[in-house]
Formats: sequence, C-alpha cells, structure tokens
Amino acid sequence: MSPQEDNRVPPGTGATTPPTRRQARQSDRKDEVRTEKAAETADGALPPPAAAAPEPETASQTLLQRIMTGNALVAFLSVVLSLILGGLLIAVTDPAVGRASSYFFTRPQDTLGAAWSAASNAYIALFQGSVINVRGTSFTSVIYPLTQTLTVATPLICAGLGVALAFRAGLFNIGAQGQILIGATFAAWVGFTLHLPAGLHLLLVVLAGMVGGAIWAGLVGLLKARTGAHEVILTIMFNYIATNLVLYFLSTSAFQRPGSTNPISPQLDGTAVYPLLLGPAFRLHWGFVVAVVATVFVWWLLNRSTIGFELRAVGANASAARTAGISVSKGYILAMAIAGALAGLAGVAQVSGTEKVLTSGVAASFGFDAITVALLGRSSPWGTFAAGILFGAFRAGGVTMQASTGTSIDIVLVVQSLIVLFIAAPPLVRALFRLPVPGAVGKGSTTPRTPASTGAAA
Amino acid sequence: MKLELIGITKRFGSLVANDHIDLVVEPGQVHSLLGENGAGKSTLMNVLYGLYDPSEGEIRVDDEPVVFKGPADAMAAGIGMVHQHFMLVPVFTVAENVALGNETTKAGGLLNLARTRERIREISDQYGFAVDPDAVVEDLPVGVQQRVEIIKALVRDAEVLILDEPTAVLTPRETDELLGIMGQLTADGKSIVFISHKLREVKAVSDVITVIRRGKVVGTAEPSASTTELASLMVGRSVSLTLDKAPATPGEASFRVRDLVVQAANGQRVVDGLSFDVSQGEILAVAGVQGNGQTELTEAILGLQDHVSGSITLDGVELVGRSVKDIIRAGVGFVPEDRSVEGLVGSFTVAENLVLNRYDDAAFARGLSMSPAAIRKNAEEKIEEFDIRTQSASSAAGTLSGGNQQKVVMARELSRPLKLFIASQPTRGVDVGSIEFLHRRIVAERDGGTPVIIVSTELDEVLELADRIAVLYRGRFMGIVPGTVSRDVLGLMMAGMPADEALAQAHDVQGGDL
Amino acid sequence: MSTATTTTATGTGTGTSGVRSWKNPIILSVVALFCLVVFALGAPGNSVTFRLSEADDAIVLPSLVVSAPIIGWVCTLVMLALAVLAVVRTRAGVRTPTWVPAVFAVLFFIAFLTWVVGSARTPNVALYGLLAGSVTLAVPLIFGSLSGVLCERSGVVNIAIEGQLLFGAFAAAVAASLSGSAFVGLVAAAAAGVLVSLVLAVFSIRYVVNQVIVGVVLNVLVSGLTGFLFSAVLSEDSQRWNSPPRLPVIRIPFLADIPIIGPILFEQTIVGYLMYVAVAVVYVALYHSRWGLRTRAVGEHPKAADTLGVNVNRRRFVNVLLAGVVAGVGGSFFTLVAVSGFGKDMTAGQGYIALAALIFGRWNPIGAFFAALLFGFATNLSNVLSLLGTPVPDQFLRMLPYVVTVFAVAGLVGRSRAPGASGIPYIKG
Repeated sequence: MSPQEDNRVPPGTGATTPPTRRQARQSDRKDEVRTEKAAETADGALPPPAAAAPEPETASQTLLQRIMTGNALVAFLSVVLSLILGGLLIAVTDPAVGRASSYFFTRPQDTLGAAWSAASNAYIALFQGSVINVRGTSFTSVIYPLTQTLTVATPLICAGLGVALAFRAGLFNIGAQGQILIGATFAAWVGFTLHLPAGLHLLLVVLAGMVGGAIWAGLVGLLKARTGAHEVILTIMFNYIATNLVLYFLSTSAFQRPGSTNPISPQLDGTAVYPLLLGPAFRLHWGFVVAVVATVFVWWLLNRSTIGFELRAVGANASAARTAGISVSKGYILAMAIAGALAGLAGVAQVSGTEKVLTSGVAASFGFDAITVALLGRSSPWGTFAAGILFGAFRAGGVTMQASTGTSIDIVLVVQSLIVLFIAAPPLVRALFRLPVPGAVGKGSTTPRTPASTGAAA
Repeated sequence: MKLELIGITKRFGSLVANDHIDLVVEPGQVHSLLGENGAGKSTLMNVLYGLYDPSEGEIRVDDEPVVFKGPADAMAAGIGMVHQHFMLVPVFTVAENVALGNETTKAGGLLNLARTRERIREISDQYGFAVDPDAVVEDLPVGVQQRVEIIKALVRDAEVLILDEPTAVLTPRETDELLGIMGQLTADGKSIVFISHKLREVKAVSDVITVIRRGKVVGTAEPSASTTELASLMVGRSVSLTLDKAPATPGEASFRVRDLVVQAANGQRVVDGLSFDVSQGEILAVAGVQGNGQTELTEAILGLQDHVSGSITLDGVELVGRSVKDIIRAGVGFVPEDRSVEGLVGSFTVAENLVLNRYDDAAFARGLSMSPAAIRKNAEEKIEEFDIRTQSASSAAGTLSGGNQQKVVMARELSRPLKLFIASQPTRGVDVGSIEFLHRRIVAERDGGTPVIIVSTELDEVLELADRIAVLYRGRFMGIVPGTVSRDVLGLMMAGMPADEALAQAHDVQGGDL
Repeated sequence: MSTATTTTATGTGTGTSGVRSWKNPIILSVVALFCLVVFALGAPGNSVTFRLSEADDAIVLPSLVVSAPIIGWVCTLVMLALAVLAVVRTRAGVRTPTWVPAVFAVLFFIAFLTWVVGSARTPNVALYGLLAGSVTLAVPLIFGSLSGVLCERSGVVNIAIEGQLLFGAFAAAVAASLSGSAFVGLVAAAAAGVLVSLVLAVFSIRYVVNQVIVGVVLNVLVSGLTGFLFSAVLSEDSQRWNSPPRLPVIRIPFLADIPIIGPILFEQTIVGYLMYVAVAVVYVALYHSRWGLRTRAVGEHPKAADTLGVNVNRRRFVNVLLAGVVAGVGGSFFTLVAVSGFGKDMTAGQGYIALAALIFGRWNPIGAFFAALLFGFATNLSNVLSLLGTPVPDQFLRMLPYVVTVFAVAGLVGRSRAPGASGIPYIKG
C-alpha cells in the first residue's frame, strides 16, 4: 500500500468542477486546510506509511521529530518525576529509614519522616552545591556553587553541541567520549610541549583540541560515507580505541611526565590554560565563554548557513538531498568533523580549564553525559546549552551532596538517565500524570506528530 | 465462498477513507475494484484482510458475520491477499516464506519444511508456476515472486484472493499470464478481488466492476462498459483523455546520449548501450515496465549513478563524471520518480523545499549566510503561480497532499532557466485535477523550447504527452517510435519486441487486447 | 506457458561480469607485505616454546618448540602466494574463493603468535592456559552477544547488553550473598537481565523510543543505580550484602583430562556449561524451529510477518525478555565465577565488546561465539604478554576487538549484513 494512496485522500483537490478558477480556489483552500489537519491527525493516529516506511532515514527522522517536538510541560514533569524517583531511592537506602522501618507498623510516621529528611537533605545539599550556598558568609561563597555549575557545564555544553549537531545531520554520535579524549590529547601535547607566548599558545591549544576531535570524528564520518558502516557501532568502537590509544601515548616519553611511571602527562604551560573568568576565587574559566560562543555559532550554522541547510537536508532525507545536488558523503564527514571539533573543545575545557594535565580519565564521563544533554536539549543549540547547565548543576551539586550527606554522586546518573528516558516517551509521562493526549486518539497514538519544521528548533 | 462487505467505514481521525462501502463477491467471480490512486481501495482491502479494524460495518462470509482481529483470522476464513508490494522476506527461501505463519513442525517445535516443499510443488504443478521451493526470494524475478505470493495464499486454502494492483510490476506478457492464472483459479471455484486503476485490464478479466471514488462506491459496471464510461465514473466527471497540445516544433538536438551503459553494484548492465537525441521543443517519452532501467537512465543523466560509461552531452558539454550539483547548475531540471523520498524533505518547510537545490544561489544566500526573507518571498510567488494548496510557506512539505507535493517539486524545477527537463512518473499518485495542471506545465516547458524527457510506466500518460516514444526493455531501447503509435505496438515493444517487428505484427493482428 | 515465463523471468539475472572489487586482493597484499617486514624479516632469531600441558596433568604432552624465523617465513610466503592468487583471480574477473581469506587469517594468526611470543623476554608460553583463559574471558561476551542475537534478529537493537550484564552481576552478588546460595544468585541474575530488558522493550516497542537511545541511557541508568546501591548499601555491610559464594567448578572425570580441550569443555562452572548449551540451543532454534523462522521474519520484514498473522511486537517483546535472561546469566559470571563480589562498573565495557562480537560474528550465534572467543583470546594474550614482556604495547592488543569490529562493519573483513529491520520500530498500519 502506498502512503499517499489511501490515507491522505485529498477532498478539495479532487474532482470539483469549478465555475471559475478563482472561486474554486478560495473554497478549496478552506477545504484544503481542513484536509491537511485531517491528514496530520491521521498521520499521528495511524503511524503513517509515509512516516514509518521501513527505511533508515525515517528511523532517524522519527528520532529527530521526537527530540524536537516534545513539549515543555513533558520536559518539566520528566525532571520532577525523575527527582522523585531518585529521592525514593535515596530514602529507601538510607540507614536511618531502615532503622525506623523496623517498627514501621507501630510508628509509621518515623519511617516517613526519616525518608523525607534523607531525600530532602540530599536534594538541599545538591541545590546548595550547584546554585547558591545559603549558608555562605561572603558573596563569593554564596555564588561559588553557581560558578562551579557553569565550570562543569562547559565541557557538557561543548560536547553536547557536537552530539546535537550530528543528530541534526541524521548521525547518532555516541563517540563524544573518544573525541574529547583525542581532542584533549592534541591540546595537552601542544600545551606542554610547545612553549609559546601567551595568547598565541592558548589559541594553538584550542585549535589543536578542535583538530584532534575533528580528525577522530571525521574518520567515523569518512568510514560511514565510504563504506556505509553504521556510525553507532563505529563511534562506540572508536571510544574504546581512543581510551587505549591515550593510555599508550601516556606510556611513551613524548607524553609521560618525566620521572614518573604513572600514565600522567606534565602540567600544561601557564600560557596554555584558560585564564580564570572571575578571578582566583572561582574556578570558572574562559572556556565557558568559548562554550557560549560555540552555542551561538552552532545556532547560526544550523539555521542560517548553507552548510547547516545541507546538513539538515542530509539528516532529514538523504536521498532527497542527494537528488538536490547535496553531497551526502560530504555532509556526513563534515557533520562528524564539526561535531568532533566541538567535542574537542570539551577536551580543551578539561585540560586547559580544570585538570591542566592529561590522564586517560580526563574526559570523565562527559562524552556519555553529552548524549543525554543533547537528547534533553532536543538537539537544538540553546536547548543543549540549557540542558548542559542543568546537568552541570547536578554534577557540581552531586559532589557537595556526597561530601555533606554521604549520598553517592551516582544518584545523579540515575536521575539524569531517568529524565532522558521519560522525555523520550511523552505518552508515558502523560499517562502517569493523567494529562490529556494532544491530537487524535486512536490506534498507536503514541507516535509523534509531524513537526512543524526542523528549522524552528532553537 | 460468498463474501460480503456491508456498510464498511474506515476513519483515520477526521479523515474518512472508506464511507459505507457495500460489496458482494460471488464464488467463482472476478470482482474488480476500480478507482484512482487514493480512492480508498487499498484501505478497504486492508480492512477485509484484518489489517485495519473497520470503524463501522460488517463483513460476512457465506452470510455469517465475521470479525477479523488480524490477518490470521482473515486467512482462517479463507481470504488470501497478494499485496502490491510483495510481503516476502527477501533473504528467505520460497519454502520458508510459504511456511511462515503456517508452519508444520516435527517434535520439539522443529520445522518440517519438507512438507511445505511438497505443497509448493503440488500447487506449482497444478497451475504451471515452475517455482523452485529452495530458491532464495531476493534472487527471483518479480513475476515469480508474485507467484510465490499466490502460492502462499493457496497453501492456506484461500477461497477469495485479493490481488492489489498486481500488474503494476509486470510486462504485458506477464500480465497476460497472470490473467490466465486468474481464469484457472476462478474455474476452480475460487473468487478474486482484482484491484486496479487500469481500465483495459479490468475490462478484460472482470465479471463485475465496482467503482470507488473518494472512499465511496459510486457505481457498478459491466465489463462491457466503454472505457470512457468507466473513466468518467472513476474520476467523477467527464474526462477528456487527450490534452490540447500543439504539434511539436523541434529545434536543434541539444541533448545527446551516446553508448550509455550503467552498471548496478552487482555488475549487471541495467542500462545497456543507449544512444539517442532530444531536440529543443520536443517531448521524448521513455515507456516500459517498471524496473527496465528507467530509474538508472534518469539518474545517470543527473549524475546520481556510480558506474556509468558512454557520453551524455548537453549543448555540447559532457555531463558524465560531473557532480549532481554541476549538472543541476548546467540547467538540468529533474523530477524524481518518488517525490516523497527523492524530491522533497518532508520535515522541511514548503519554502525550504522550493529552494532545495538552489539554497546557495546568489539569490538566496550571500556566502555561507542564507537569506530567509528571499526564500520566503520566492515561496510565496511559487505558491501563487503553481496553485500549491498549503496553509503557509512554513508548513512542512510532508503535510501536503500528493498532488501538491508534486507541484512543489515541479515549481522548484521549472522556475529556473532550463536546458533539459526530465520528469519521472510526473503524475504517479496524483489526483486528476493536478494531473491536468502538471501536464499543461510540462507542455508549456516544451513550447518554451526546452528538450523534455518524460519517463512513465502509464501508457496513457506516455501517449498523451509524447512527441516521440522510446521503449526501454532490460536496459535497451526496443526502438523510438512517433508519439502517434498504437497501444498494441507499444505493448509488444514493452515485452521485448523490436519496433519494426512490433509494427509489423500489430498490423497483422488488429484489435489485440493489450 | 511455464517455459515462456521462465525465459522472461531469468532475464534480469544476466550479464554479471562487471564491477570488479579490488578490495580483497589489496587488503591481502598489504597485510602480506606487512607480515614480510615484521614477522619474516623482523623475526626474532630464537625458538619459541608452546607448552601443551602441565607437568602434573594426567596426560602430559611434550612442549612444542618451533623456530620463530622459520614459522615467520613459511607463513609469510604462503600468505604472499595467496595474495598473488587473489590479485590474479580478480584481474581475470573471477571471484576469489572464500577459503583464501580464511587460510590467510589462520596463517596470520600463527605467524603473529609465534612472532609476538618469540619477541618476548621469555619466549615460552603455556598454550593450554592461553586457550583456557580465553574461553573463560569469553564466557560473558558470548552470553552478551547471544542476547544481542536474540534482540537484533527480531529487529530490536540491543545497546543495553552492558547494562544487562552489569545488573545481572549485581543481582547475582546480592541474591547469592543474602541467600547463601550461588544458584539463587544465578536465578536472580537472570531476573535482573529481564528487568533491564523489560525497560528496553517497553520504551522501544511500546513507546517507540529510538532503540539506540534507550540502550545507551539504560547503560547509564544501570551504572548509576548499581553504583549508588553499591556505595549506599553494599559497602556499608559487605559481609551481608556482597560476599556471594562462588559457583563450584564441575569437573567431568576422564574427559577433563584430555589435553588442551579437556579443561575448556569439561571443567567449568554451571555458567560455563550453560554457555555451550545456550549457543547450541539458540543456533538450532533460530534456524530450525518455528520460533526461529518467525523471529527472523520479524527482524527482516516485519510487515510480511504481520500479514501472515505473526504478532510482530509481541514476538519482539518476548525475544527481548529472553535476551535479558541470557545476558543476566552472563552477568552472574562476574560475581559468581570470576571474582567473589560486586565492584562498581565491574563489567568495564564487556557489553560493548559483546556487541562487537555479535557484529563480527554476523548476527549468527556460532559466528558470535567464535568472535567472542577471538576477543577473549586477544584480552587474555595481552594479560599473558604483559607478564612475559612483549614488544607490542598491551594497549594495542586490548584495542584489537574494537579495531577488528571497525574493519568488519566497514566491510574490509567480510561483509556484515544486519537483519533488515533491525533498529526500526514496527508500527502497524
């Protein structure tokens, strides 16, 4: 059954015999608008052959649609729901709760009270560690947590932008982790090997990081373009290759700290690190400004540039792009290279911003977090920026939480992944909160509706 | 087995695809469902086959009401379906495909394919199918794959066989053979629901014809009804099957193809040594059954094919080996055969789609920076000029109806100076109102002095538009004949007969059916 | 009529001489030249000892002592000959027979092993230990890739193998500790795998969320959850929560005494034996049972299966859950066999190697089995060689599974063809 065949019967355009064309057109227009709506709901209601045809493009298209059309309410509720679930987990595992629950049936309020205080204390600590420290004695110590959040958010935003940009080109870039590592390796090497004047040195470090990430990701783009290999598999494998490669580098004399047998590099030169943004009282560095600039740039690139048009076309429908003279291979390679360069910036933020040395753990788990950041940000540049800050806050606050209430920072991973899961499945969230389902209800109404426009994100 | 559909209604949201349809299929009959693309035939059959739940109405088998929760129920009731796009697992053997869903097993749930093979051989012998149960389906030609589909239904003891547009992928000869098989089946007492929009075939095989338009039954007809009668019933008004067009005034032969060979990835020569010219101000139609190299021919011209040898020149400039972008810039307008896959980005706006291959023109972009205002203005002009029915220029192109999507593609391609215009299946799946409009625009482009190539598998369209007709068969031209040639000659050529023989034979047997 | 049809029909298959692929001959030539430089010209001058049995084994085999240069040269020369053969065949437009790359690969393997051991400080290695250790390391990989086979063959991409293994390991440790029985741990591991699968199935099948997203996120979720519980509960009282008894090794008398293969096949824990059983059962079921036929159909062309009355999404759902059982059991290997106790993120990316094995094994249970063995061997070799002192940095050996997989998906080694509908949700309509 062909898609157009039966589900989009267009009355209106059919066989009316118009007295005059002009008249007919006016009446038809109205008719048409109605039909369009009908067709749209029909699409939603019965996962339309057109949108669900079994081809790879459409799979990624639904993904894109899903990422970009979920509404703000669902996003908010997802965050709330995840925090509640995380809180439950904290409460259940809390020793005080455990003690109180042994006499639950005699004094249930003890258990509930203990549970409430366990979860709320943890979250209060999380908040104080990430936004403002209400117990701070000076202005500096009050806003210090916020600057910590921004510092942690910097690599998340950069790498998240890389993942988001690749998404928009129809590529599932799981490889930010490896790209950050290789970018950091390039940047660090320039940072501790070359000794150059201030300014120039940092510039070269940043460029080297971007080039490193771009090469590593570009390779994936090249392999995909030339051989059709799936980028998900490629990027996963490249992550592990990168880790081992960096470990190898750190065992060579070019990278290993003189006199050390540990896999750790020398410190980067003072000229090679990001200057601090707010003075020595805070760890926030100029890398954050770079992240803001990167966000603006990605927004422009995707929505206002011919390159972005090409990438989006390749992502939304590769065959149509090809037929329109847009090189799909070039699109894949370019999208991955830019994505890698952005991840490379995240690597620079690590080695030049916070760590100042290269280790195999320099990327922490930022590469994987970046995926969740991009998903939460619905692959739009500013959405990714906001999601980066949110997850940055979780991480920064998580450290404080772990220190003050002993709640393991791993809870942050749980909350983060729950958020992304819920956001990806709006019908589940709506069902849980008994929200009305938008659009028509019918068989398979869980499928996304056609987005108004891919260009409208951001 | 007698099958009745009573008041079947199927709604998708507020869209009514089938509106109170009544249908009775008597045993041993061929009952044709005739209707345009999008009339609701396939939806109705999907309801009958249990793939969709009807919103209202009832299905009766031998006067007993039945409810089909899924295809399994329909099959159990004796209904079999041959889908337009075959439902065969390409990497499975014939036997595995036939066994699927209807497996015979040995102890421990292990498959017993021997039994299935035996059944395939029985049926194959009975109807002269010559199908090897151990062949892998993806290696089989489409005609044979279709027989595998029929075997699948017969193995399940189908009494009513639904054939959904079964001739779309067949040569005229294969079509004749299929019609023969249908005769054998009805002689055995089975009934057939034959879905088609091809009037000639419907007239040739039917016992009863039901015509569907916009989801409703608009009438029944005897096979003896005239073609124009059926056509006007199907379309809803009297249709002039001919287009007003002035005779061509061909100019210089500015587009030349010499010894063009296109190889598929497996090395097969899908276009096999074509040489032809197209003059300015003429329409060359390329006819032929689907899958005889048409796609590869047009894609080779646009630079989309990889293994191309020979020469393609436009105004003396060689196109082979150049990039798609260069070829588009050289003035080639291209309407691909599957607009939703190759012609449009469904999630892009109409405005973006209208500049899909010109987004980096000086008119729409300065350097890397695009101008949204210019793109929008262009869209508003084109929407007006081509009468594109859309809510706004910023609606997603995917929400438009088929005809309007095609207008977007046409508007994009025809709104720049062209030196060659190629359109594949320009009106496939398009409603009749839009067809006329699109045909007029194509002829207007010809009259403006552009060489035009139309590729179509619909003989009606070919005969309507063509000044000359080339028939492709297995990658070769069977000849290039004038646009006034008879349908019989084209039919013979499409089955692989060279033009001169076809002309001679058609002269001998006047009045052949196809 | 039938004869007429066949002539029309076979038409499309004609004329297949055409586009030659120079890929294989070029790769073979490059690799052969590499071997010439490294394994033959660069061969260490000493001899290499491969020990085939322990001194106190029931049956003692003499050690295999070979000369590194001779093995290097012989293998390289034969490989060069094979490469030349491939070039000649391709130039003549004839396909290179499939045994050529296979023999080539075996020779490469022998030459490499001889060279790498020969170049070590101690050119003496226990081959039996190398092989037995490889199998041991491969056990979770094999379970993981079988889980992948079950999912992907029915059309659901399973990136969550890592999460299934990790959760299986966690549940096994906790349940076995609490109950004091390793077998309870085994059952709990299977249940935990199913739980992860359930989330994967609900989100990707019921809510049509992109399968890769669900998989990736699930891995993070499981890592976070087990990590959190590990620090909040397990490490608080590890005596109670995290000291599982180990699964006993079941030694089959006499058979286990067979040199080299004896310990591999007949001296395993129940998880090890289950592994062999699982490979065989999945293989037979997939290709020779009704379940398998339907599973493969659902993974290749779900709509076709649907039109024949197969409930596509139910089958996928069930298969994903089954995959959870398999991977969960595999996860128990970490805490009930390898070490006694759960550690944070202890699966350390094994799930991704299992994914790699699945692809390198071309979505076939037997293929995945051998691919996992190869990867287990690479890991084990790098462990052994780092003790022997080797010219190859062990990072490169650890990279091997990933590099090989990149080559495999890029089509440089064989051709990997994923099930047609893998990763594509099926929406009825």
